[in-house]
Amino acid sequence: MESVSVIAAGDISQSVARLYRRISTQLRPDVREALERALGAERSEMARDALQSLIENDRISRTDGVPLCQDTGLAVVFARMGRRVMIEGGTLQEAVDEGVRRAVGEQPLRSSTVADPLRRDNVGDNTPAIVHLEQVEGAELELHLLAKGGGAENMSRIYMLNPSEGREGVIEAVVNTVRQGGASACPPLVIGVGIGGDFERAPALAKRAFLRDLRLRNPDRDLAELEAQILSRVNALGIGPQGFGGAATALAALVERAPCHIASLPVAVNLDCHSHRHGVVTLTGRSRPLGGGDE
Amino acid sequence: MKKPRVLTTPLTDEAVASLRCGDRVRLSGVIYSARDTAHKRMIESLERGEELPFDPRGQVIYYMGPSPAPEGRPIGAAGPTTSGRMDAYAPRLYEAGIKATIGKGPRSEAVRSALRRHTGVYLAAIGGAGALLSRCIKEAEVIAYPDLGPEAVRRLVVERFPAVVACDAAGRDIYEIAARGERSS
Ligand code: SF4
Repeated sequence: MESVSVIAAGDISQSVARLYRRISTQLRPDVREALERALGAERSEMARDALQSLIENDRISRTDGVPLCQDTGLAVVFARMGRRVMIEGGTLQEAVDEGVRRAVGEQPLRSSTVADPLRRDNVGDNTPAIVHLEQVEGAELELHLLAKGGGAENMSRIYMLNPSEGREGVIEAVVNTVRQGGASACPPLVIGVGIGGDFERAPALAKRAFLRDLRLRNPDRDLAELEAQILSRVNALGIGPQGFGGAATALAALVERAPCHIASLPVAVNLDCHSHRHGVVTLTGRSRPLGGGDE
Repeated sequence: MKKPRVLTTPLTDEAVASLRCGDRVRLSGVIYSARDTAHKRMIESLERGEELPFDPRGQVIYYMGPSPAPEGRPIGAAGPTTSGRMDAYAPRLYEAGIKATIGKGPRSEAVRSALRRHTGVYLAAIGGAGALLSRCIKEAEVIAYPDLGPEAVRRLVVERFPAVVACDAAGRDIYEIAARGERSS
């Protein structure tokens, strides 16, 4: 007989709070490795100086308990929820928001959310989080948390290309985005690219691309090749760490794609900074038999 | 690489004029943090003929909104925010006597021409190095617009705060120079 997995909203909140704190105060190992590799390949003194500061910043953040960056972002959650999961005591959004609230209250992280985009009063607890929910097979809840800073997010772009522009059009879209805004987005960057879907799916794909570990190749060979092409074209821009000039304008380009309309070629380019804060937690909950409620 | 230039605030025209694009500096003394909404309010004050929250002559503005201070520290993470958002306000503040702004990323032509006109400089701090830069801030006090939270104006005492001269008073621009290095592929 099938069973459901019951996960308490409080457990979700606690996991989110812990994760938010962790990703705000320590670089991921893959990001740190990428920065060290960039340092090894960089010849410009100014660029080396900047990269060394970023590696040092990670050490200081851990020692002092001060976040890596004052912009601890909006909390963006990608939830992969098994179809046999049930949340007890609240919705996913409520549980996640409570976790964000706690992390902001205790760490303390900065509240970077205004309630109204035009009136601009800070909400004080950095909620609501932006939650993307995907239903998958199984009985687990996998939560990916991104702390997404405003500086890099502001320099992101969406292009509705003509299908005839093809692969080269996609590469150009990314290169143009970085040329225009890359220096303000705290390079070396991590670049998320979403190709296809529709006007709102493409940017979601671009952001979801950030969930991949930078050490892992894209499992799709064609996309892996496209990522390599994009990275080399972007790094040929010469913007370099902090925009001071150099080889490492980006650490990685990550591409996701989805089917799209016969008339469309949407391309979204989501920029992320070198802090690239992302973490994941999987919750399993208590198993309870499904159905048979008539005993 | 050349040794960093040691600067103490307030800055004189001579000190500013001697800085060249690409120089590394270490800044000590009092500086003021302000970002988006604080700038809007400061410019509105100037337009009404009112005073700014601090005397701008010779002073330095740091585009920064910190994370809250942990127990026992004056301030939390305190790295620069994107300067381009303050481009609309910066020329007016250089005109009022501000000598330097600190942030990250390129400036507009209007700002660069204000630097030439008023002998100003734009310094870039390492974007994202919030914990490292926090250690250079010894005191922090909100002096205006407390309702803005992280965006309030703060008076900061800094010691050997590291930055790079990104745009100098002679019109040189580090980002333009980097962009010219674009390799044809
Ligand atoms: S872009 Fe990233 S590293 Fe730079 S200030 Fe924003 S959050 Fe911090």
